[in-house]
Amino acid sequence: MNIVVCIKQVPDTTKVKIDPETNTLVREGVESIINPFDLYAIEEGVRLREAQGGTVKVITMGPPQAESALREAISLGADESILVSDRAFAGSDTWATAYTLAAAIRTIGPVDLIICGKQAIDGDTAQVGPSLADQLEIPFVAFVRRVREVGEDAMVVERMFEEGYEVVRLPLPGLMTVVKEINEPRLPSLKGKMRAKKAEILRIERSAIEVEDVHLGLDGSPTRVVKIFSPELKKAGEKWQEDPDVMAEKLVANLRAQKII
Amino acid sequence: MDYFLTDEQQEIRDLARQIAEERIVPVREELDEKEEFPTEVMKACAQSDLFTIPVPEEYGGLGGGVMEMCLAVEELSKACLGVSVTYAATFLGAYPIMLFGSDDQKARYLPDIASGEKLGAFGLTEANAGSDAGGIRTTAVKEGDSYVLNGTKQWITNAGEADIYTVIALTDKSKGPRGASAFIVEKDTPGFSFGKKENKMGIRASATRELIFENCRIPAENLISREGMGFMVAMKTLDMSRPGIASQGVGVAQGALDVSVNYARERHQFGQPIIGFQAIQHMLADMATKIEAARALTYSVARFIDSGAKDISKVSAMTKLYGGDIAVQVTTDAVQVLGGYGYMREYPVEKMMRDAKILQIYEGTNQIQRNVIGAALIKEYAQKKS
Repeated sequence: MNIVVCIKQVPDTTKVKIDPETNTLVREGVESIINPFDLYAIEEGVRLREAQGGTVKVITMGPPQAESALREAISLGADESILVSDRAFAGSDTWATAYTLAAAIRTIGPVDLIICGKQAIDGDTAQVGPSLADQLEIPFVAFVRRVREVGEDAMVVERMFEEGYEVVRLPLPGLMTVVKEINEPRLPSLKGKMRAKKAEILRIERSAIEVEDVHLGLDGSPTRVVKIFSPELKKAGEKWQEDPDVMAEKLVANLRAQKII
Repeated sequence: MDYFLTDEQQEIRDLARQIAEERIVPVREELDEKEEFPTEVMKACAQSDLFTIPVPEEYGGLGGGVMEMCLAVEELSKACLGVSVTYAATFLGAYPIMLFGSDDQKARYLPDIASGEKLGAFGLTEANAGSDAGGIRTTAVKEGDSYVLNGTKQWITNAGEADIYTVIALTDKSKGPRGASAFIVEKDTPGFSFGKKENKMGIRASATRELIFENCRIPAENLISREGMGFMVAMKTLDMSRPGIASQGVGVAQGALDVSVNYARERHQFGQPIIGFQAIQHMLADMATKIEAARALTYSVARFIDSGAKDISKVSAMTKLYGGDIAVQVTTDAVQVLGGYGYMREYPVEKMMRDAKILQIYEGTNQIQRNVIGAALIKEYAQKKS
């Protein structure tokens, strides 16, 4: 089984602070980690390979320092890793990311299954996985909590909902995004760490893929971030405990004073 | 302090630390309370290749030395000594095979040790042969192509859980200690059973039982080295393993210091954090100094052994003696720094104190370590004068 796992390097949000003046993330000095949901995707890929044979290729689009996330993925059992990186890709939104990733995946040989974490903990959009399937014109199932069976040309998976789950047949090649209920990711192994240190990371740049420049990077991204802000904290309300008649009068007087009625 | 670890050594330390923090700390209290064997943690250690560390590469190992073992044991011990002794005791069982085993024995047993599929154990102590190991009574009588074992080993770590046991038994009672031999006994061999699990003061996650041999017949090829080499095998094994016990001491003491300093920074009395008081600072300073001294001694001896040095009994005993003693002192002081809270089960230091005490007792009491060091001094100085 040829498995591709998409990962993202994110700031460790448990350690991120927000600049109170600009309302943006203070990223300086914050450790970068593999998006936690992607760890479940890597683990599921490695487990499927252990059961079915084949290879697990891990791919990420990001700046050169994302290489450390790819090496970590190898220490966790992935066979190969690919860094999609170019200045032209900088500032991509979810649509442009999926567009670029799809073009890169088309260049790396046959793929039976693509696995993504359900969402990244920095953007929290949960869009890149489904959007990537759309770009590649393959079926997808999001929020998979269990792989029931794997056949020649299809898998049977459980898609999780808030209450209960659905059993879905996913034709292959296909894509799934996984939730944390699917497995318990293993820790790295010593041999994996040694391999990770020496592993060659395949780099894919703008010139290696078939894409149109107008769809790349910040300029190619349809999303416009107009404003980022923390929701204002609501002031604590007033609590009255009196006779209902008195409180009704008080309420009406207050609403009038605020010109609500 | 920087001990100039190689990249590989740093990887080992970091990985063992990750296992300790993510897989041991969350369960250690429950393992201790319920006296539960750390099966899941051992699986995580196996999956992360920690069992490969001292096994030669041709048998699926990493080919590391005592130094690499010490780093792994120290990190695991910061979290729980019951878990770290379970891990380390496997190599107490495997060192005799690694040091004295035939190629065939190595090929048969070491790959399963390295993969973590099988745990090991070492059986020397008996009811009437503790510090006086020469007093063992378990016998092995040769009958054709087999040896028949009879006797009972006591307080054996990993007993019942391990698959591979190295057992010291007398093949010639008339020769005393020189009549002892080392054997490999596999679990499920007819005539080989286990006593009840001991209820211990500390290291309660580890399993301690008797090994009972009743006409237990094992193939003659399970003899390690040759007849009469049993004590040599045992002593050389202990020479290799004692720095690991020292690292247990360094680890548990470091774990206790970490808790103590963090507590002292947060606990307020008389209107200020108690770390502001010199009485507390001086305790913490002594604790930290002892730990660093024990670590420095242990690492230098481990590196000395790994350099191929032959005469290692004295320095190996020194690491165990010092690491064990400071572990008891530091964990006891940690309970003192935490005061009433330290005495409660909700905080980890009372467990560390209960756990640490064993380090002065097992693998040769610290009195025996002093005997080893004393005997070496007498020998050294006698040679100097002549």
